[in-house]
Amino acid sequence: MSGLLKSSIGRKVAMALSGLFLVIFLTQHFVINSTAVIDPDTFNAWSHFMGTNPLVQFALQPVLIFGVVFHFVMGFVLELQNRKARPVKYANYKGGEAAPWTSRNMILSGLVILAFLGLHFYDFWIPEMIHKYVEFAPEDPTRYYAETVHKFESPVRVALYVISFVLLALHLWHGFASTFQSVGFNNAYSKALSKFAKVWAVAIPVGFILIAVYLHLNQIPH
Amino acid sequence: MALDSKIPQGPLADKWTKHKNDINLVNPANKRLIDVIVVGTGLAGGSAAATLAELGYNVKAFCFQDSPRRAHSIAAQGGINAAKNYQGDGDSTYRLFYDTVKGGDYRSRESNVYRLAEVSANIIDQCVAQGVPFARDYGGLLDNRSFGGVLVSRTFYAKGQTGQQLLLGAYSAMNRQIGRGKIKMYNRHEMLDIVKVDGKARGIITRNLITGEIERHSAHAVVLGTGGYGNVFYLSTNAMGSNVTAAWKAHKRGAYFANPCYTQIHPTCIPVSGDHQSKLTLMSESLRNDGRIWVPAKKEDAIAIREGRLKPTDLKEEDRDYYLERRYPAFGNLVPRDVASRAAKERCDAGFGVNKTGEAVYLDFASAIERYGKEQAYVQHLDANDKALVKKLGQEVVKTKYGNLFQMYNKIVDQDPYNTPMMIYPAVHYTMGGLWVDYNLQTTVEGLYAIGEANFSDHGANRLGASALMQGLADGYFVLPYTIGDYLSHDIRTGPISTDTPEFEEAEQNVRKQVDALVNNEGTKAVDYFHKKLGKIMWNKCGMSRNATDLQSAIDEISALRDEFYKEVRVPGTQNEFNEELAKALRVADFLELGELFAKDALTRNESCGGHFREESVELDGPQKGEALRDDENFTFVSAWEYKGAPKDAVLHKEELNYENIEVKQRSYK
Amino acid sequence: MKLTLKIWRQKNAQAKGQMVTYPIDGIDGDMSFLEMMDVLNNKLINEGEEPVVFDHDCREGICGSCSMFINGEAHGPDRLVTTCQLHMRKFKDGETITIEPFRADGFPVIKDLMVDRSAFDRIQHAGGFISVNTSGNTQDANSIPIEKADADDAFAAATCIGCGACVASCKNASAMLFVSAKVSQFALLPQGQVEATDRVLNMVKQMDEEGFGNCTNTGACEVECPKGISLENIARMNREYLSASLKG
Repeated sequence: MSGLLKSSIGRKVAMALSGLFLVIFLTQHFVINSTAVIDPDTFNAWSHFMGTNPLVQFALQPVLIFGVVFHFVMGFVLELQNRKARPVKYANYKGGEAAPWTSRNMILSGLVILAFLGLHFYDFWIPEMIHKYVEFAPEDPTRYYAETVHKFESPVRVALYVISFVLLALHLWHGFASTFQSVGFNNAYSKALSKFAKVWAVAIPVGFILIAVYLHLNQIPH
Repeated sequence: MALDSKIPQGPLADKWTKHKNDINLVNPANKRLIDVIVVGTGLAGGSAAATLAELGYNVKAFCFQDSPRRAHSIAAQGGINAAKNYQGDGDSTYRLFYDTVKGGDYRSRESNVYRLAEVSANIIDQCVAQGVPFARDYGGLLDNRSFGGVLVSRTFYAKGQTGQQLLLGAYSAMNRQIGRGKIKMYNRHEMLDIVKVDGKARGIITRNLITGEIERHSAHAVVLGTGGYGNVFYLSTNAMGSNVTAAWKAHKRGAYFANPCYTQIHPTCIPVSGDHQSKLTLMSESLRNDGRIWVPAKKEDAIAIREGRLKPTDLKEEDRDYYLERRYPAFGNLVPRDVASRAAKERCDAGFGVNKTGEAVYLDFASAIERYGKEQAYVQHLDANDKALVKKLGQEVVKTKYGNLFQMYNKIVDQDPYNTPMMIYPAVHYTMGGLWVDYNLQTTVEGLYAIGEANFSDHGANRLGASALMQGLADGYFVLPYTIGDYLSHDIRTGPISTDTPEFEEAEQNVRKQVDALVNNEGTKAVDYFHKKLGKIMWNKCGMSRNATDLQSAIDEISALRDEFYKEVRVPGTQNEFNEELAKALRVADFLELGELFAKDALTRNESCGGHFREESVELDGPQKGEALRDDENFTFVSAWEYKGAPKDAVLHKEELNYENIEVKQRSYK
Repeated sequence: MKLTLKIWRQKNAQAKGQMVTYPIDGIDGDMSFLEMMDVLNNKLINEGEEPVVFDHDCREGICGSCSMFINGEAHGPDRLVTTCQLHMRKFKDGETITIEPFRADGFPVIKDLMVDRSAFDRIQHAGGFISVNTSGNTQDANSIPIEKADADDAFAAATCIGCGACVASCKNASAMLFVSAKVSQFALLPQGQVEATDRVLNMVKQMDEEGFGNCTNTGACEVECPKGISLENIARMNREYLSASLKG
């Protein structure tokens, strides 16, 4: 058990499990975001709950941050190892003949998502943290919807979000379905699950895009 | 030296058990003090190395490939025989023994063959325990199929990759011992000489193929499992690297070479497609279980097919000549290999061949596909009269049985054998001849053993299908490890053999001289030029049918070609690097000597037996008219040749063959 | 047909290599790729140059010796074949063909197109066997019935020829397909159960030590494998490894 995380298979499983965890988080995130389109009050209520509930803030949030950091640090470690495993490159390598682009470029889509996370933290998480734990500003449970809508005022930001979500979809297209293989699950059931994963991988990012575009088009006064 | 085959006394069925009880053993503690060299890591060498190491000997194993797993045993397709009688169809040790001796045209040693049949059942147990995934039926038990020349189903198989699976089994047994440090493995090493000390084989000289280093290795005994010499024909189903060098060097050091002319020409190979051809590919004999062999009955149809004006599938049943079924109604398409090959040659020589060069016959699966398809339709309660459906179902069955072979054929020939008959033609496949060994598998050099295809012992003048794998594993797992103990029991106090002796020095210089001469030769022709030329002589004059005039001229031509080789060969590069041309030159040099001995042996044996067909010796009358005619009165012996310099000066020693448990009669498959 | 060959030439393991261009003529579609290389080599020898070194032996697709990365793919553009069974009819007249060695840290180049694949052997030494004595005193072969489906799957895994195309094709030079094929063969058979835990742990450990990359589940190995070894084997190995790790 001790050497598990040092082994190639152990790391691969760790990548899969952390990825799966992020998939669950993403689903949850999407569900809450979608209420912004349906009913601002619900959105505010959920956001308030997530932003102030101590269990979410001090237990789930650190776990989530750890999950994210772990996933990309391990991604980098594996990428470096993989590059080392072929020190001399091919003059002619037709990777596309045998494997889809998404599977071969997880590091690229991952890096775009990482950059997006920077933007996203800058937009939401850092202001939130300052608001709550530096300024100790008084909590207004109805502020969330307006703040969110205003973030999508700039078309440039919306464009950046859309591009990132497209890359997220590509990342998930390979990543989600392949977690089953990584944890050792490859049979008729996993093949059906993979199909679901592919649908999910497109549906969720597209959903995020629709929300962003919707909010952009439905601005409210400051 | 008189030949002593050391056959134990007593009734045939008890010989091996009695012998095992009588011979000396080495105690486990003393085995640690004894080194054994095993050259070659195919089924014979690999299984011997693993078993000897497991017994406790220190084994050094050598192969020229980059891994023991690549030895050419891996290419064996069809299966392995064993007298298990799982099918309850009347098989027994005696019947396997009988079939093998008869199939070998009464030119093999009774006692060895009986022992082979006796241990055959153990092989299957052993391999299954090792995790070899043999084919199974739906009840979970092992499946069998039938092979040429027999009337029972005793062949165990793993699709068309039986040799691969068995070799990987032996390789896994080796891996276990390599991991334990009991086998020291030398990959990419080629044996170039045997070292004899006080008349006993005590070591070998090798060349590291990567660095070119010439090395000395010592041991208390040397085992050769180095395979056959079919590549003397240049084109054969052997691997490119398969060679006679180890056996030939042993011959030059005093080991007699037995029956070099006994060659198996396999009837079902993919025909030659052009001058560029580098090797021939076998289509497993198992295909003859379901394939029917035919040529057009009318010459004009054959010509039309050759010119591409007619497709074989367009030919009506009555215009086809299923010549094996016609000539040999009892065995039909499953006659032994030598008979099937000669029959194909006869039809092609008569002008009925079906490819561009007229050297191919058809192997047709249409009726098998229909038969299986109907059976499946019945089982699945579908319409057995729906032709398209039956064909589809039948093709599926054939695919599960022979899928990999059909795919291979398709890749090479670019035709789909599910829809059009395969074209096949005989090709050199196996050599029954090899180093002469006694009952203990020891050659005429003390301490030098030969196992598997490298020896001559079990197949007589013709080997039955699925028996090569059986012999290789029997020798390696079950025979040699016992018999070698008898010899090694005298060496428990000998201590390590030094390589720092005049004998090793002499042998090393011998090798260096040859290597230097080849590398520094100022010739103009590549090695392949000579090899191809030798192959042409062998195929045309020592091939499927032979006569005195041709054989004599073959001897002269090969001798002249050898002289030309040493004058004209060009070996580019140096000796201190990976140099394939040098490795090839060293091998071809030995083929050029062996080829001559081969022709001499064939000339001496003025009878037709098994794969050796002399045009002078055929049945002239009666129901067997045109079939091979053996001369038991004058030729019931093993020819064992002693090296005396030039191959044509080799001296013949005869080991008389006695048949006490089997009636010697004409081999009839009619 | 006429072709332009761009071939990796490298004198030895230490030397720096480079791509060298050779024009070649008179190639027939019925030639195998290696026979085309023979034509080139005989031409080079006759011109006093050193022939191109490449691994080859059985030339019928089963020994696993031949390698070569042809036009960006292991064993070339055809599927389910080794280089020795790739035929020139798959190429067009006038085409330029690049030929490189299999590239991986675990497969150092020996010379030209020949690489050292002994890492595969060492992985097998670590556990690619069932520890049964070859004494001939084992139980009767039919005393352990094995379900046909399992036997067939074990066989399918066991058909791996150890050529290394999986490593060569993988963008990470991962050896998972090779190792998993061996692990699977034994995992599927009752005979293999006794040592299952140690086997998978030891073989994976050795695989990692040999410097192969990790698996990203791209599936390229399965596509390029001349024997069609399935990715299911990798899943099975992952499963075996996880349960072995939790046990051990």
